[in-house]
Amino acid sequence: MCGIVGLFLKRDELRPKLGDMLTDMLITMTDRGPDSAGIAIYGDAASGLKITVQSDTPDKDFAGLDASLAEVLGAEVTMRVASTHAVLTLPVAQEAEALSFLEARGLRVMGSGESMEIYKEVGLPKDVAARFGIREMGGSHGIGHTRMATESAVTTLGAHPFSTAGDQCLVHNGSLSNHNAMRRKLAKKGVFTKTENDTEVGAAYISSRIAEGATLGEALEGTLKDLDGFFTFVTGTKTGFGVVRDPVACKPAVMAETEDYVAFASEYRAFADLPGIDAARVWEPEPATVYFWER
Amino acid sequence: MPVLDMLETELREVNATLQAAARAKGNETFTIENPRGAHAMAVGLDGPISVTVKGSTGYYCAGMNKLATVHVTGSAGPGVAENMMSGEVIIEGDASQYAGATGHGGLLNIKGNASSRCGISMKGIDIVVHGNIGHMSAFMAQKGNLVVLGNAGDALGDSLYEARLFVRGSVKSLGADCVEKEMRPEHLEILRGLLERAGADARPEEFKRYGSARTLYNFNIDHADAY
Repeated sequence: MCGIVGLFLKRDELRPKLGDMLTDMLITMTDRGPDSAGIAIYGDAASGLKITVQSDTPDKDFAGLDASLAEVLGAEVTMRVASTHAVLTLPVAQEAEALSFLEARGLRVMGSGESMEIYKEVGLPKDVAARFGIREMGGSHGIGHTRMATESAVTTLGAHPFSTAGDQCLVHNGSLSNHNAMRRKLAKKGVFTKTENDTEVGAAYISSRIAEGATLGEALEGTLKDLDGFFTFVTGTKTGFGVVRDPVACKPAVMAETEDYVAFASEYRAFADLPGIDAARVWEPEPATVYFWER
Repeated sequence: MPVLDMLETELREVNATLQAAARAKGNETFTIENPRGAHAMAVGLDGPISVTVKGSTGYYCAGMNKLATVHVTGSAGPGVAENMMSGEVIIEGDASQYAGATGHGGLLNIKGNASSRCGISMKGIDIVVHGNIGHMSAFMAQKGNLVVLGNAGDALGDSLYEARLFVRGSVKSLGADCVEKEMRPEHLEILRGLLERAGADARPEEFKRYGSARTLYNFNIDHADAY
């Protein structure tokens, strides 16, 4: 069992409240997933590329990290530290160089993109949200996950969301049964995963399809054919989010839409505090059907 | 009329109050406010009592209901009216998966849509869905009636026993051993009564009846090689 929440804002006035609304939704889903929690937040596009990294010893690893990276790249780098995570902003063209530098320093790369930042840790959702100050974050859309682990260990890297390409991420409720075979198939195509986790394979599958030219909708359709097991997936991209459930659809999902937002959750409880929820259109997404919203 | 507000009263206290009132058989009427999708709302009511839940509920609302009437003005999460024995459960909105599962009696009246596995293993309950139902509904249904004013999803009535299924709209596919059957006068009579009880705006003649072909009841020796 896991909990998923997602929020896509249609009105710019709500943007400063995105983190606050998502945090309440995430905390409500604590009893579906008390092991770990994570959130991908799509904020204002930076003037450059944002790379989110994690360290278990942030005081040591983040001290002077921006200056060292700036020296290696020969470009301006800014850094914002939030607990165990740091978001580095650098020129888009220098992503590969920056990633190899950061990984060589033993830092875990959570994700990168022009608008996406990912924060995830082991612990109760309320503690995870508090340590990163998620409530204070603004943005256009975001997805979050509370984890009750089944397929891999309870670690930072095993927490969701998983990001396998720029500005793309995936959260998952369920368990995939063909993830090892799919991991090998992807590896043959040169797409490598970092963990033993099934969801990361799902994320890598979707990213690889998009890299091959598929639309988000086509990539999500592909999960129905190529991935076996139970899943309710919510995927985030720079411009929106998508939802798909496996044909058996035993993992719960509910959606709500008003003039102001589209919201997703594993359970209606997570919607209880959203503005105007009493008048919202609330429905259960159909099995084997792809939904997505983009701006 | 007592009002219980879930912003002020814990779920256990709400359920204990309702259960005590049901046992007292005083035909009391309660209103629950701010359910906020809570799980196990108004469960185990074992006597005549009328409860209106103003809003939407989470998992397992009105489970094991007996004699009581539970009316949800919003939508209900998975497993609403599970194992109901008697009484009536009314959902104004939609119901999530396995609504009315294993129910032995009473009426589950869903004004919106029901999702997958509606009436799974039903054992005598009557279910009326004014909208559509999802896939694998009435799986292994043994007894009772499932009435659907809209459409049914895939694998309706898979491995069905003796429950009667009435669908007005389309059926995406029938499950193993489920077949369309002749609508005889006695079936029209049963259907008329159920539509009337549920306040449904439909005529019995508009429906088709589905039931068990009864070919799975006995092991077929010709299939022995398959195992």
